[in-house]
Amino acid sequence: MDIAFLLNGESVTLRDVDPTRSTLDWLRDTQGLTGTKEGCNEGDCGACTIMVTDEHGAKAVNACILFLGQLNGKSLTTVEGLANGNELHPAQQSMIDMHGSQCGFCTPGITMSLATAHLNGDASHDDVLAGNLCRCTGYAPIIRAACDVAEHGVTEDFDPRAGTMPDEADDKDITRPETTDELAHALMTMPHATLVAGATDVGLWATKALRDLTPVVFMNGVKDLRDIRITDDEIRIGAGVTLEDLRGAIAPHHPHFAEMLRRFASLQVRNVATIGGNIANGSPIGDAPPALIALDAILHLRRGSETRAIPLESFFIDYGKQDRRLGEFVEAVSFKRQPDRLRAYKLSKRFDQDISAVLGAFNISVEDGIITDARIAFGGMAGTPKRATHVETALVGQPWTEDNVQAALSAFAKDFTPMSDMRASAEYRSKTAQNLLLRYWHEDQGLTTSVLEVQP
Amino acid sequence: MSVGKLLPHDSARLHVTGEARYVDDIPRPANCLHLAFGLSDTARGVITRADLSKVRQSPGVVDVLTAIDLPHTNDVSPSVHDEPLLATGEVFYHGQPIFLVVATSHLAARKAARQAEITIDPRPAILTIDDAMAADSRFEGGPVIWSRGAASDAIHTAPHVLDGSFELGGQEHFYLEGQAALAIPQEAGDMLVHSSTQHPTEIQHKVAEALGVPMHGIRVETRRMGGGFGGKESQGNALAVACAVVAQKTGRPCKMRYDRDDDMVVTGKRHDFRITYRVGVDDQGRILGLEVTQLARCGWAQDLSLPVADRAMLHADNAYFLPAVRIESHRLKTNTASATAFRGFGGPQGVFGIERILDHIAAAQGLEPIAVRRANFYENGQTTHYGQTVDGFHIPAMTDALLERSDYAVRRADINAFNSENPILKKGLAYVPVKFGISFTLTHLNQAGALVHVYADGSIRMNHGGTEMGQGLFQKVAQVATRCFGVPMEAVKITATDTAKVPNTSATAASSGSDLNGMAVQAACFAIRHRMSEHFADLWGISSDDIIFADGSLSAPGGHSVTFAKAAKSAYEARVSLSATGFYKTPDITWDRIKGQGRPFLYFALGVALTEAVIDTLTGENRILRTDIVHDAGSSLNPALDIGQIEGGYVQGAGWLTTEELVWDDKGRLRTHAPSTYKIPACSDRPRVFNVDLWDQPNHEDTIFRSKAVGEPPFMLGISAWLALADAVSACGNGFHDMDAPATPEEILKAVSRVRAR
Repeated sequence: MDIAFLLNGESVTLRDVDPTRSTLDWLRDTQGLTGTKEGCNEGDCGACTIMVTDEHGAKAVNACILFLGQLNGKSLTTVEGLANGNELHPAQQSMIDMHGSQCGFCTPGITMSLATAHLNGDASHDDVLAGNLCRCTGYAPIIRAACDVAEHGVTEDFDPRAGTMPDEADDKDITRPETTDELAHALMTMPHATLVAGATDVGLWATKALRDLTPVVFMNGVKDLRDIRITDDEIRIGAGVTLEDLRGAIAPHHPHFAEMLRRFASLQVRNVATIGGNIANGSPIGDAPPALIALDAILHLRRGSETRAIPLESFFIDYGKQDRRLGEFVEAVSFKRQPDRLRAYKLSKRFDQDISAVLGAFNISVEDGIITDARIAFGGMAGTPKRATHVETALVGQPWTEDNVQAALSAFAKDFTPMSDMRASAEYRSKTAQNLLLRYWHEDQGLTTSVLEVQP
Repeated sequence: MSVGKLLPHDSARLHVTGEARYVDDIPRPANCLHLAFGLSDTARGVITRADLSKVRQSPGVVDVLTAIDLPHTNDVSPSVHDEPLLATGEVFYHGQPIFLVVATSHLAARKAARQAEITIDPRPAILTIDDAMAADSRFEGGPVIWSRGAASDAIHTAPHVLDGSFELGGQEHFYLEGQAALAIPQEAGDMLVHSSTQHPTEIQHKVAEALGVPMHGIRVETRRMGGGFGGKESQGNALAVACAVVAQKTGRPCKMRYDRDDDMVVTGKRHDFRITYRVGVDDQGRILGLEVTQLARCGWAQDLSLPVADRAMLHADNAYFLPAVRIESHRLKTNTASATAFRGFGGPQGVFGIERILDHIAAAQGLEPIAVRRANFYENGQTTHYGQTVDGFHIPAMTDALLERSDYAVRRADINAFNSENPILKKGLAYVPVKFGISFTLTHLNQAGALVHVYADGSIRMNHGGTEMGQGLFQKVAQVATRCFGVPMEAVKITATDTAKVPNTSATAASSGSDLNGMAVQAACFAIRHRMSEHFADLWGISSDDIIFADGSLSAPGGHSVTFAKAAKSAYEARVSLSATGFYKTPDITWDRIKGQGRPFLYFALGVALTEAVIDTLTGENRILRTDIVHDAGSSLNPALDIGQIEGGYVQGAGWLTTEELVWDDKGRLRTHAPSTYKIPACSDRPRVFNVDLWDQPNHEDTIFRSKAVGEPPFMLGISAWLALADAVSACGNGFHDMDAPATPEEILKAVSRVRAR
């Protein structure tokens, strides 16, 4: 593949390169830009954080699982490109002044996250840094640095889009479609191709499983898949919408969905990972599907010019098996506008940037004290995202009381037989699944139920 | 001068610009080869077939080595030669290196390593503490037992007796920079090795053995590590030796770094422990007699497990006088990665043990946990269970200061009120003191060397045996040098640790870095300063004692003054040597580790912490809300760096006891071998409110500028986070929480169920 982009303001055109080579390897091995570090090679530590800027703005991204093929037409800034000659970027200066580095290995990535947040005026420091692990400092001085950077206005000096984009960035390539129609065509031509959107999962197939992924079709350039359409009746989310964009769009309608997405991986991952990818990979521990199933979402699939719409829950047939045909792809997911009764509870060993042991999504409607509808779906409790139909049945039609909630708890055993793994035991999963229904009830009564709401 | 100043890390600017070079960042020499290990997929067994033909045929592969291809010693153990670089017919843990791939790229080597067809006939693996005890699989023959008085009698006659047992998990270092080495062949068979190591001399030693050359043929250089925490005290040996052996064989430079998953599977971690105890106490909760058994899972090779287990025994008292005590320590050999050094080196396990016992006493007798601790504090002049007199023990005063600054009494009442109002969420508040012994327990390691040059332009280049892993050692030692010469920081060049400049160094470990190397550098600086003073005393016709080195000049009464730069030039022209070595050995320490008697430590580092936490009784989810710390770093050489060690140590300690759970399956495979499954604290896991104060009193021992070591001690302050979670659990019902560590949400939920059932 030919790829053209800007690197720290300089035009770069690569001819006939392996599009699945990681950006990190390319930077370090061919450009001598060793400031960007490899900490884990799987997008979980943030030592390789770089800034990628395009028409959607500047984003912090993990370079270790960013394929070169995703870079066409973008502007990359690495830690080497932050300073203006001898004059350090405010993020760099604050990190020095506040003693934010010790061993220094996570520091370039932290600095890039801070610089990107600074440019975007994002002061939610904990969220900005959730994907940057530091083993030395205990984060306290890094947060001091983050607060200090925020004191500085955004300077005109730093422009991640400075430079002239090479003309080759406009070159057409069938493996890099720009419209949904082109994508559909590409997949009909190459039905066995690996479909890559954000590469936050597929990236690990390359870096950890050491798989050869070719041929590859990149869908991150398909503009019309990034639409979020909100009408009076429904919300329709294009498959290419990133989880971070979804978080912002969904917040006014289902704030607890947005809060769950805040804890979905890290900002670096959410900036590129897509809702389509989170659904299509069929993981039993993907966080978005249970919430969407609880919202009674419809999945829109397309193959060539043929489209179909199915209930999202029916897409997940079995572990590793989805209702997707060769050449077919997820085009969008939609659900009806509805009063917000959704709660999505994510349980993991660590609050931020952890894979769920259990994710429980509850959408229970109550009218005049009677449960009129209940849609409950879980991740981490079975081989697929799965509804708790027995629990739902036990609830619907009953008065919304603690006794009835308690009475419904035994139905969980009919719905789920979870397994034990390194994240949690089967017993913990079973117990907390029940307790999350209790939490929903208590929360509905106005009780504080989340430790995140407690102040010292 | 600069001592005591809040100067940033010497490499801070290089860190934030990405210019700071780690081993993998060194511009790759032409022709460089890349190495990867092929690993055992079985915890214990005999290799019956190893077909490596597909590995050899894999693209980019230059060579493949097994144990028989190694020219000399096949050993990377730091202790008893029980750790072959490559397996010799048998494997002893899942992840043990069996063969070595040499390829033209890191990726090609990794891909090739997976092409092996190896058949291993499995043997029964000893994986757990129970397995090892049943099989009597251990190091050092039998358990090590130290005792004072008749603990059993004291317990027998005590008004109250408690017993218990708990599990205490291990910990992955998760240094952000993985293990790495680069070997570059030199002329005449010499070898230059760049290694991410806390112990360059050991790398030199092991590489020399492996190449069959004297140590003088090997030069090891370490500019910095991307974190060490003990994990690079011995665990870098394998990579450096592998690189050197292949570099010698091929004549080409060789580089090796572990992919993160390999790093976590291959290398050792903190020892996990089971601790059982029986304790007799009086009505005030004072310990009258204590019997403790520490069962440490050491893994397949000895590594540093004996001194680690010793230090756990040495810290079984923490800050408390144990009038009659018997400690039994089992160093269990298991078919798991060989557990190794990790910040605190067994001390945290010892301290955690006694703190949990004190919690049990408080709960059983309905006493305030802090009151129980106060009742058991040492008094100055008392001796420890190993016979060292306790001096400079100001934990009681530090505790008073902490409780006052943190508004303890009011908050305790508020938390009790919160807990009575909230059915689902419960808060906890807990205190911990730390007394940590400073010195290597292997007495001969308590030495350091330095080499200082003053150039004719007055600039200074400084070397010592300590390594920089983020702790700011280089800056602290440079501050010592600038203080000695009275020059600004810019005058001193900090350089990489280099075995060719300072020989026979000890690992940068045991918190000893600035204590030992600061003194050695000071000695070297004083030697040069003395010669310069003599020279100017002659010139000026005064006594050399009257010459002062300050503000970038030498000056003396009578209006004599010369800039340091001019003074250096003058001394050079007068043929005065401006280069000196310095040497230091810790005085007054003696230790008999078999008897468990002596004075192993020069002094104790002290700290106290109070942590507030909240738990969710429906899910076990939890948060550390606030932490207050008063820590004794003596007269701090650099308060900014010391506070950095305290904050970082605390969070790392809290991580050990909360989110950081290592999980092995019943085949001995580590299931948590990447950051996706092994969860060190993330940014939001730090305490919401985090107040750290230095005690700021000079060390009563004559240490470098009366400072105190600070690397490891604050780690144990993190125990207060676990205790706070346990306190919140206790608020859910009656009786003792009886919780294990780490306190994952699952463990907390189990403990909540337990206390509610009582």
